[in-house]
Amino acid sequence: MSNKVIQAIYNDDDVLLHAVKKVKAEKHHIEEIFTPFPVHGLDKAMGLEHTRLAICSFIFGCVGISVAATMMYYMMIVDWPQNIGGKPSFSFIENLPTFIPIMFEMTVFFAAHLMVITFYMRSRLWPFKEAENPDVRTTDDHFLMEIALHGNEKELTALLEETGAVEVIVSEKH
Amino acid sequence: MASHYEAPIREPLVTGDKTYHDVTVDVAAPVEGRANKQWWIVFSIALVAFLWGLGCIIYTVSTGIGVWGLNKTVGWAWDITNFVWWVGIGHAGTLISAVLLLFRQKWRMAINRSAEAMTIFSVVQAGLFPIIHMGRPWLAYWVLPIPNQFGSLWVNFNSPLLWDVFAISTYLSVSLVFWWTGLLPDFAMLRDRAVKPFQKKIYSLLSFGWSGRAKDWQRFEEVSLVLAGLATPLVLSVHTIVSFDFATSVIPGWHSTIFPPYFVAGAIFSGFAMVLTLLIIMRKVSNLENYITIVHIENMNKVILLTGGVVSVAYITEFFIGWYSGTNYEDYTYMSIGAATGPYWWAFWALIICNFIVPQTLWVKKLRTNYMWSFIVSIVINIGMWFERFDIIVIDLSKGHLPSSWTMFSPTFIDIGVFIGTIGFFFVLFLLYARTFPVIAQAEVKTILKSSGEKYKKLRDGNHE
Repeated sequence: MSNKVIQAIYNDDDVLLHAVKKVKAEKHHIEEIFTPFPVHGLDKAMGLEHTRLAICSFIFGCVGISVAATMMYYMMIVDWPQNIGGKPSFSFIENLPTFIPIMFEMTVFFAAHLMVITFYMRSRLWPFKEAENPDVRTTDDHFLMEIALHGNEKELTALLEETGAVEVIVSEKH
Repeated sequence: MASHYEAPIREPLVTGDKTYHDVTVDVAAPVEGRANKQWWIVFSIALVAFLWGLGCIIYTVSTGIGVWGLNKTVGWAWDITNFVWWVGIGHAGTLISAVLLLFRQKWRMAINRSAEAMTIFSVVQAGLFPIIHMGRPWLAYWVLPIPNQFGSLWVNFNSPLLWDVFAISTYLSVSLVFWWTGLLPDFAMLRDRAVKPFQKKIYSLLSFGWSGRAKDWQRFEEVSLVLAGLATPLVLSVHTIVSFDFATSVIPGWHSTIFPPYFVAGAIFSGFAMVLTLLIIMRKVSNLENYITIVHIENMNKVILLTGGVVSVAYITEFFIGWYSGTNYEDYTYMSIGAATGPYWWAFWALIICNFIVPQTLWVKKLRTNYMWSFIVSIVINIGMWFERFDIIVIDLSKGHLPSSWTMFSPTFIDIGVFIGTIGFFFVLFLLYARTFPVIAQAEVKTILKSSGEKYKKLRDGNHE
């Protein structure tokens, strides 16, 4: 089976959005769309599922606050319950107000960093990663839609040209 | 174009009939071009100042803190003044990128990149002071709760100075990843435009292989939003914690519950002033007049006016409570009759004039939409906010509870040299940034081009869509 893809290049985000809706209506599966900036409503038009990164972040924040509370409870109340300036170190709750700033900071620290790392891992981004956009113009002012071909080259080309593509390329996927 | 409707009352944020490609070219131009002579001159001056400051730091650390002007009464002066000043300056960057994002302010997009850069570079300067003002900075790692061979001797989590360690390091690291994540699409743009192999390699490395897929953008926007949601309380908490260094003490004038919000307002006040100082110059030298317009300057001036008002109200409140408390000791604080006429009267009046009086001129539309006047006011505020921290720290310490400990403080040239050094270091970083980084978030500006670009606004006004 040939592994061919068809790439339609647009030069306007509104034209692209209409094209996506049209291609979707014709029941074609859009493999990928590369854009130079976030086109609002594109994920909805493509039918992408919502990202769960915010949920991850919430969980990471919960981890952060637990780490902070456990650390300070152990160090200040359990391990060395000393009298430092008359601050009550008999129980966690008595000395709690001075623990709040660090509990807060560590919540933010964990929530922010672990979410960003999750994002980099899920989107496969790291320093020596090779860029995968098929056309360099897609980081400037062009928008590229990629659809897998299943022997319907003519029909698809016609459809894409009709939607306002400035260029339609058929190429072998590697 | 119905999806890009915007009220006709709004002024364009991108002037000069720009297309998407024009944005790319304009943002890439300073990076792809060569530095001119003026850049090298300014860079050299900054570098010399930095090296001079480095010399002062090395001298301090190797000889002892005694080379500074501190004495037994005034144990904090220029070191912590400069620390709080630099941290304060850093706060505007996060405010612009996070708080204004939450409020969906489109005008932030042309200025957020530089404001965040300013945050990072100024927090780096701030971060030097907690280390170098230590008597034994080589033991600085003892502030971290690391298991050790002293029976596992821990730190004391009751101290605001330890909270500072957590606050500043969280602030710096979160700001850094926020900034960097936002940079990925812009680095990718530079990578895809690069013609020289070395440049291509560098920007490929920096852009982390960003390809701009629909799913990437969806996640990117979610990450930006959540980070903005996290950075907003962070920015409030960091300067709050910095203010706790003073507010949790028992020193008259320091022990005050107004400090947390008042310091935060002051931080935004001074930070925006610094953003203005930098951007008024940058829009000219980097040819970005079409992106950083008078609308941006005026909006920043309005934020300055607001936060300056908050700070002024705080001064009046401090003054009132000092009198209302009936405590004799409060007579000597930085916001009292004693301060206005005492030995530090000049520092007191510098604060009042620079922070209280001069910014009020921004109520006049003619003045706040004037580049020259905005620039002057922004410099004045930076000076005034330095004096605010100096007054809080030095005036309050110099006249404490016990008259036999009353004394004066005067800085040595090492104190001054270290401060000049941090200013030099800041500009070294900022100048390098301005030549190698995309100074405007082009991917973000492109999203508002159709709603706020002059060309598209004219089109809409023309056919009344």
